[in-house]
Amino acid sequence: MPSLRGKTAIVGAADTVVGKVPDLSATELCVDAALRALADAGIDKDEVDGLVTCQSMAEPHLYHAETVAEYLQIFPKYCVTANAGGGTTFSVIRNAAAAIVAGICDTVVVSMADSLRSGLTRDQAMAMQSSTGHPQFEIPYGPTVPAYYALLARAHMDRFGTTSEQMAAVAVSGRNYAAQRPGAQMTDVITLDDVLESRMIADPLHLLDCSLVSDGGAAVILTSAGNVGKFRSRPVYLLGMGEGHSHEHVSQARDLTTSAAVQSGREAYAMAGLAPADIDLAEIYDCFTPVVLIELEDLGFCAKGEGGAFVESGASALDGALPMNTNGGLLSYCHPGNPGSMFGLTEAVYQLRGDSGPRQVRDAETALVHGQGGIMSSHATLILGKEQVL
Amino acid sequence: MSGHEGKFLPSPDPGTLPYWEACKRHELVLQKCVQCEVLQFYPRTICSSCSSSELDWVAASGRGTVLTWTIVRHPVSPAYADEVPYIIALIELEEGPVMMAQVVDCQLDAVQSGMQVHVCFDDWTADITMPNFRPRDNNGT
Repeated sequence: MPSLRGKTAIVGAADTVVGKVPDLSATELCVDAALRALADAGIDKDEVDGLVTCQSMAEPHLYHAETVAEYLQIFPKYCVTANAGGGTTFSVIRNAAAAIVAGICDTVVVSMADSLRSGLTRDQAMAMQSSTGHPQFEIPYGPTVPAYYALLARAHMDRFGTTSEQMAAVAVSGRNYAAQRPGAQMTDVITLDDVLESRMIADPLHLLDCSLVSDGGAAVILTSAGNVGKFRSRPVYLLGMGEGHSHEHVSQARDLTTSAAVQSGREAYAMAGLAPADIDLAEIYDCFTPVVLIELEDLGFCAKGEGGAFVESGASALDGALPMNTNGGLLSYCHPGNPGSMFGLTEAVYQLRGDSGPRQVRDAETALVHGQGGIMSSHATLILGKEQVL
Repeated sequence: MSGHEGKFLPSPDPGTLPYWEACKRHELVLQKCVQCEVLQFYPRTICSSCSSSELDWVAASGRGTVLTWTIVRHPVSPAYADEVPYIIALIELEEGPVMMAQVVDCQLDAVQSGMQVHVCFDDWTADITMPNFRPRDNNGT
């Protein structure tokens, strides 16, 4: 198979207003994100021939992407709805890149949004919570989503001596960035004690170890590398892409402390021709703080078991070895569910363009973004770079 | 058989019905592949190792070890509110397979990974009995 390295580029990126956005429905947020990304790219809607969306929980459509295309009155020849969460976002972007390289389409708008904070009915919220897990062999016992992740956190603590303070350091790091990100849902700086003293949700996870519930959307415009001159923004190239899938239900996980991020990262690094040490910043999925520690280890940024010490040392701060989740992440910027990974992607694009203001990583040329979904089940990694690293 | 109204009841299907029927008899069973002798949980119509469809049901010892655990403080739905805080754990059965369950009859500050547990059964309805686990006593039961 020919390599996809450097064959496609992101030429537009935008977020909607995020946090609590009761005046826009989930579908309207998706449309809004797409229009903002088109404006950022400086193109008209008729110049895209592909559309990728994700399913909404608040306002689901049987044919989601087609509904958004109809709303926008665009008529794509490539039209895909991603039907699940964090990991699939970057899976479908890899597929879209492959479709562009194969000549199936030229320019794709990837727009994902939901309104979990304002748009869910009580019944929908309940259905969402209880839809995670095996219907016969997990859900009847009454686990919650935080509880599933707490099982992994506990295993990491037992095996490697990871502490609650080290997990809390992930939340503190993210909040420090969110305080510098205009429009972030949570901008008040927090301390380790704030995290440790917040309400226990599912031991060892406190409230502030858990990500937000938000409204919001984000979109990017993906096109072939040969096309980038037609757009007004500075292109950010897709250098590496990989996926790994190990299970769906946590009780069937083959390993509680090592994830399929190992495989997705390995593939992405190999395609990019880069190693973890070559990455200038990372935007990695932080639905719960311990997830970040496992991903940092599995993506090779530190040794297995040392994720807690890595973050505790300050490595994820702006002046650290690996500035991480520089918009505040799902923990502090926003988390509208399925679209969650998109905000890390748009932030990585802003960083590589040099547009991140007070949270700008100096001389950033490469970025890794990582999404995961299920309960550490499905993983996808993208490595992005500026023209200089092509 | 009270206090379970509104909970998320499992809906047995033809492939899992023998498991749930055994639970009603207060027996924990596993599937064993006739071809490659691998034991598996959860029940499937095929062997998850060799894909053979020749599977036997065999009795599990009921003994297991807590692999990892959490305490749910915020219930998943109102039907579980009376039970909080409750312990959810992954149990590695003596035979090898892993299953999720609650750990019951256990002080919250006593639960830990590596704890030796034994299956017990909770009759939720006329049709559904849930296997849970409780700390093993000195007799191994």
